[in-house]
Amino acid sequence: MDAGLKKRMYTDMLRIRRFEEIVGDLFAKGRLPGFYHLYIGEEAVAVGACSALKPTDYITSTHRGHGHVLAKGAETMKMMAELYAKATGYNKGKGGSMHLAAPEIGILGANGIVGGGIPLATGAAFSARYLKNGRVTVCFFGDGASNQGTFHESINLAAAFNLPCIYVCENNLYGVGTKQNRVRKVADIADRAAGYAIPGVIADGNDVEAVYQTIKAAVDRARGGEGPTLVECKTYRHRGHFEGEPDTYRSPEELEEWKAKDPIKQYTRKLLAEGIVSEQDLGEITGLIEQEMAAAVQFGEDSPYPTPESALAGIYA
Amino acid sequence: MGKMSISKALGSAMAEEMRRDTNVMLMGLDIGQYGGAFGVTKGLFAEFGQDRVVDMPISEAGYVGTAVGAAATGLRPIVELQFNDWITIAADQLVNQAANLRYMFGGTLSVPMVLRAPCGGYAQAAAQHSHSFESWFAFVPGLKVVLPSTPADAKGLLKAAIRDDNPVIFLEHKKIYDLVGEVSDDPEALIPLGKADIKREGKDITIVTYSFMVHKALQAAEILAEDGISAEIVDLRTIKPIDTETIINSVKKTGKALCFQETWLTCSVMSEVSAIIAEQAFDFLDAPVKRLGAKDAPIPYCPALESFVLPSVDDVVAAVRAMV
Repeated sequence: MDAGLKKRMYTDMLRIRRFEEIVGDLFAKGRLPGFYHLYIGEEAVAVGACSALKPTDYITSTHRGHGHVLAKGAETMKMMAELYAKATGYNKGKGGSMHLAAPEIGILGANGIVGGGIPLATGAAFSARYLKNGRVTVCFFGDGASNQGTFHESINLAAAFNLPCIYVCENNLYGVGTKQNRVRKVADIADRAAGYAIPGVIADGNDVEAVYQTIKAAVDRARGGEGPTLVECKTYRHRGHFEGEPDTYRSPEELEEWKAKDPIKQYTRKLLAEGIVSEQDLGEITGLIEQEMAAAVQFGEDSPYPTPESALAGIYA
Repeated sequence: MGKMSISKALGSAMAEEMRRDTNVMLMGLDIGQYGGAFGVTKGLFAEFGQDRVVDMPISEAGYVGTAVGAAATGLRPIVELQFNDWITIAADQLVNQAANLRYMFGGTLSVPMVLRAPCGGYAQAAAQHSHSFESWFAFVPGLKVVLPSTPADAKGLLKAAIRDDNPVIFLEHKKIYDLVGEVSDDPEALIPLGKADIKREGKDITIVTYSFMVHKALQAAEILAEDGISAEIVDLRTIKPIDTETIINSVKKTGKALCFQETWLTCSVMSEVSAIIAEQAFDFLDAPVKRLGAKDAPIPYCPALESFVLPSVDDVVAAVRAMV
């Protein structure tokens, strides 16, 4: 892994972290409509995974999708404008946080249905195989979604047809407000892969290089025609399921235990120790990110809303 | 031109469109080697092979969702469900995904897919193989819904549906798969979606209907003609978008409307048609608009019970006589 890639991954994790913190703050101040499911704490998964992809590869994302979308190459200005419900947003103000999409860079949408992206990703992999265009698809979903029937149906189908799809489960231990070990006996989602005769692999979701290596191997398998892989990343969200949620169902001790494994803190220490970055470099990176985010917020604030009549446009092709 | 069944006409439409565009492909249960549960896809596997006529596992939600994702990324899948009744299993993929994606994503992609399924009763197949859920999907912005009644309409409408860049739900009544009629062999003979067709001209009453019931209405019209009652039959062909203009023009001419369908009336297609007529042709009506459809019961197995629940030619004749 070259130094350039490592710095990019670090930078992207920090960009996601700052974007999410700023969004949380704007929402608390009443600047943004709708609902927010922030990715804070899980940055290493999106960044490690998307760093293994080409711009023409596909991803499907979830309701907790800002991290995936940003890591895949979306512009923070257009993301922020969409959260502000402005006409200049990626979805022209029609979708909002849970539906951010940029098909031109392979982002087949965040999705408000838990597991909704799993069949869609399978379809994108199906078309890639049919059209022989060499593209792979990374499908992000949570441990809660792995209990949906369509998880079973989609992976069985992908395995049977040898589809180039990498199913990435972000196991953060909770499905909305329910600790998933109360409603699922299997502890490691990766174990479910055996039921489809495909490889199931676990990665430390707080270690961006481990995620990258694991998913790169799965991407190479898929691109080489060897079919799908199920990758489980053990991770944790630092915020509640949604912004404004009391989050009384998780213990403070558990939260602190996972915050101590913060992927960005870990990687900062590692890169400094390896001499990939200096303290001065970190200062510069942080400075650039703050500028980027300030511009994104300004773009969101200044952009016009779509006209009310535009609600009737774009339903049918 | 040639004479062929609806089943053959549908197969012919798919074959022509698959020859024309390599991105058109089929997915479904038993459609490949088996030729389809009702034989509609017979011959297509032999001509186009297993990569383009793809047999799926029994996972309606999984493979319909896969079709949605494939349609969003360059393919034009024609997905077959073995029975319309099981569209419920795939409904999330159609309603929350296919219908919404283009709109939610600000128009940055589209979902050009056709979902085909056999529908309807009169076959003693009972409550899980006899229903027809077009009204649920006509309800949803973002979907189109089509039900043909003749071989010519079946072929032209299916071709148009395949070339349409939106998700189209295309329901084929299982009792008229073997109905034979004249069909064009011009590969560019499309019938536009959203246009109804006058299947019989008349002046005393308009019967608005679609699918298999067009034929029951035609039989009823023959009987009524013997008594000097002239019924005009409007075949909707497309339920969504509905051809309001043709319906209203007919009612303006006849002054009476019987809205006739096979399925339950509650929140149905014909409830919608009645409302349209009441709103837009009130001054032309000489009688209240009437609906005729199935009684409010799941479809029973016993033939006499099924006949009791589902409408008959006699029911149409009686309904018209009560109105003219």
